[in-house]
Amino acid sequence: MECRTVLEHSKALRGKEYSSLELTQAMLERAQSCASLNAYITLSPEVALKQASTADKLIGKGKAGPLTGIPLVHKDLFCTKDVRTTCGSRILDNFISPYNATLVEKLQQAGMVMLGKANMDEFAMGSSTENSYYGPTRNPWDHERVPGGSSGGSAAAVAARLAPVATGTDTGGSIRQPAALCGLSGIKPSYGRVSRYGMVAFASSLDQGGVMALTSEDCAYVLQAISGFDEKDSTSVNQAVPDYIHSLSEPISGKIIGLPREFFADGVDKPVSQAIRESISVLEQLGARIVDIELPNSAAAIPCYYVLAPAEASSNLARFDGVRYGHRASEYSDIVDMYESTRSEGFGPEVKRRLLIGAYVLSIGYFEAYYVKAQKLRRLIADDFSKAFEQCDVIVGPTTPTTAFPIGQKTDDPVQMYLNDIFTNSANLAGLPAMSIPSGFDNQGLPIGLHLIGKYLDEATILNIAHQYQLHTDWHQRIPEGYA
Amino acid sequence: MQWEPVIGLEVHVQLMTNSKLFSGASIAYGAQANHQACPVSVALPGVLPVMNLEAARLAVCFGLAIGASVEKRSVFERKNYFYPDLPKGYQISQYKHPIVSGGSLTIETGGSDEKMIGITRAHLEEDAGKSLHENFHGMTGIDLNRAGTPLLEIVSEPDMRSADEAVAYLKKLHTLVRYFRISDGNMQEGSFRCDANVSIRPKGAEGFGTRTELKNINSFRFVEKAINFEIQRQIEILEDGGAIIQETRLYDSERNETRPMRSKEDAQDYRYFPDPDLPEMILDDEFIERVRASLPELPHHRKSRYEQAFSLSSSDAEKLLRDRDTADFFERVCARSKSDPKTIANWINGELAALLNERNIEIAGSPVDSDRFAALLDRIADKTLSGKMAKEVLAHLANDESDVDTIIESRGFKQITDSSEIERLVAEVLDANAPQAQQYREGNQKVFGYLMGQVMKATNGKADPGQVNRILRNLLE
Repeated sequence: MECRTVLEHSKALRGKEYSSLELTQAMLERAQSCASLNAYITLSPEVALKQASTADKLIGKGKAGPLTGIPLVHKDLFCTKDVRTTCGSRILDNFISPYNATLVEKLQQAGMVMLGKANMDEFAMGSSTENSYYGPTRNPWDHERVPGGSSGGSAAAVAARLAPVATGTDTGGSIRQPAALCGLSGIKPSYGRVSRYGMVAFASSLDQGGVMALTSEDCAYVLQAISGFDEKDSTSVNQAVPDYIHSLSEPISGKIIGLPREFFADGVDKPVSQAIRESISVLEQLGARIVDIELPNSAAAIPCYYVLAPAEASSNLARFDGVRYGHRASEYSDIVDMYESTRSEGFGPEVKRRLLIGAYVLSIGYFEAYYVKAQKLRRLIADDFSKAFEQCDVIVGPTTPTTAFPIGQKTDDPVQMYLNDIFTNSANLAGLPAMSIPSGFDNQGLPIGLHLIGKYLDEATILNIAHQYQLHTDWHQRIPEGYA
Repeated sequence: MQWEPVIGLEVHVQLMTNSKLFSGASIAYGAQANHQACPVSVALPGVLPVMNLEAARLAVCFGLAIGASVEKRSVFERKNYFYPDLPKGYQISQYKHPIVSGGSLTIETGGSDEKMIGITRAHLEEDAGKSLHENFHGMTGIDLNRAGTPLLEIVSEPDMRSADEAVAYLKKLHTLVRYFRISDGNMQEGSFRCDANVSIRPKGAEGFGTRTELKNINSFRFVEKAINFEIQRQIEILEDGGAIIQETRLYDSERNETRPMRSKEDAQDYRYFPDPDLPEMILDDEFIERVRASLPELPHHRKSRYEQAFSLSSSDAEKLLRDRDTADFFERVCARSKSDPKTIANWINGELAALLNERNIEIAGSPVDSDRFAALLDRIADKTLSGKMAKEVLAHLANDESDVDTIIESRGFKQITDSSEIERLVAEVLDANAPQAQQYREGNQKVFGYLMGQVMKATNGKADPGQVNRILRNLLE
């Protein structure tokens, strides 16, 4: 029962095969027995059981929607009214939000059951979930390896079948990279498609909430529920959301797939590039046409990203000052000392590194050379995509250059860690929808992710292609050993 | 040496919106601490700002009122610094692209001389909260009710050359923002706050001297005193061969002096950058034109209309235009009353103003509305009431809601206009004061006033003094 997809549960719940309460209880027990993964920061059984029985009543009355009664995990970056929201940081260790994030609210309205809050890199800064105050999360495919990050807790939870679906956020790859490393389908919608209200900000112009699940079909159902304009978020897009579910079943023959030469260069592990090429042939067999495209400025994405994201973060995280909520140092001599001690104790090393970089690139004398220049590069990168999309409907490549790496391998070398997001960063800089789906395994049995980037606001096409691919492959059905 | 002061003012005007600049929390004054601190005001994790369009409308209003250009594209930026009452660790303000730039205000500088003061820019920004240092046992209390309150910061050119000019500019600005209902201008509640940049230079010099910025000058009187003190301080330093340090100085009204607060060296790097949570503010022509069409008649147009159509003096017109409600009141009375506009203006600027002042209320809340006020003046015009009686009737009108005629009737305020009745009373007075009447007839003009007084007393003040005067003279001669 635990290994089913969202849609399978949905059918079973409405067919009274089992109740939401039974399913929820089973999932909570499973989470406890898999505690060594460290996928959760907080389990919330009371909330979950209450929501499950509410869902069961709706199901009983025949008023259930497709998501009613389905358990899920929220990344601990989404504010939840009854359960603490830590962002993986000591500074918010005991913070309980008085309100729900819009995304949380929407999924609650849809009848979903929150099991708890998933582990993550502190304030979503990281690619391995090793930067968490609550310790690293382990990859269910190999406990000595990272699940990716920053939404690594969400990814590990779904991969280990602790929940059929999880929410995540993606600022530079934080949904897609862990999805790739854990063998999941994960989508980051277009910037502005999903409200950021209540999603604790890392880099406001790049952050976007999304979904990780076992299938792209499940992703479509949950994305449908969380998308749409929110008057509380001035950057959310005020446009009708298309019917993602309806378009899943369309044939993909005639769709044009662009392959950027830059995404197939050196530095991609052989098994990864091989799996990607095989996946591309599958798409070709389904009738898609392949064209070569260019993204000439893609090498600038990482440096551009690592100026802009820290700049915004240095300002966004200024509110964690110990004055109103969260951690405050217990001893200090004056207000400046209070700030310094609170923030020194409250933030981990990667967050501190980025706050320093961010303050530096915004300071007088450096602003033009870094921030302004990075904004110009961002424009060039976005223009590259606009040009490329004149020739194709979707851009495809590997999500990551390698499969999951061992815990501890890159913690001392931030640049190596940053390079893990080399293919994912640019979609955030350009605000485009992108997803990762399972497309094979390396010789160590570690999953490989296929990356699909769509046109702005065209989540439907990448979901459609991903779904059609999954109808003809079974990579997404593999379960890590010990979790079946 | 002759020194010339150079003064520029930065004024923070609190906008008359219902809610904060980026959230729905109320900005009403005087609420219990932190009772108007919503999640956005507290800067809880995850919250986002949403622009209050009414604040933009008021800023556009101001731009149009001072003949400035209203920028169709303006950008909110973050001004980053740590302070306990700045909840986000940054203030959202407009920096490189303000909503209003390049306007002016004309001030009167003694007599009929006028001077134009340039306004460099006006930009929208949010206010911080309040730090409370008393009653917290050595700690600091934070009240975030004010955090996020919409402000318009209005920056003048360094065009003023004396404290008097600075005060004239400030008063003009104060009148204008109240007139257009941009701000209530309440200085005690901090709705109209001023900082002054002051420097001096040898008279006739082209360049500017080193300036200091004066803070805590939140009344017209303090502005004047602080600037004058600062000018004198700077003159003394320069004449002693010293140099002015560029710094921010705090005005101490009790000692009437300014003292250093922070120097330029302490100036922070605010690390401004465009706020990624807020799209650029784009105003279309339609919006701007709608605001323009909704503007009331501009004060200087209205003033010349009063001078020409109503033959009012410049100073009478100016007084009526001290706020829009007074001018509106005046026009309503003019429309209803048979009295001439000059009399109406005098009564509004004189008796009514005194009454309202005494009770400390605005004209909008006047206990005597324009209808009853018009009726009162009509009773002067038709000679039912003397001026003196009318003042008493006004006092009664202010205390109850009866109409004018009921009060005149019930309190016996009717003026004696019957000549024979007055003649009878005059004759009685002359009989009783025969020696004085005799003195007058022998050429002592002074005694006439005494006799007038006796007659008025005999009429209980109900006769028209002009009429009494005529009859008394007739009977004496």
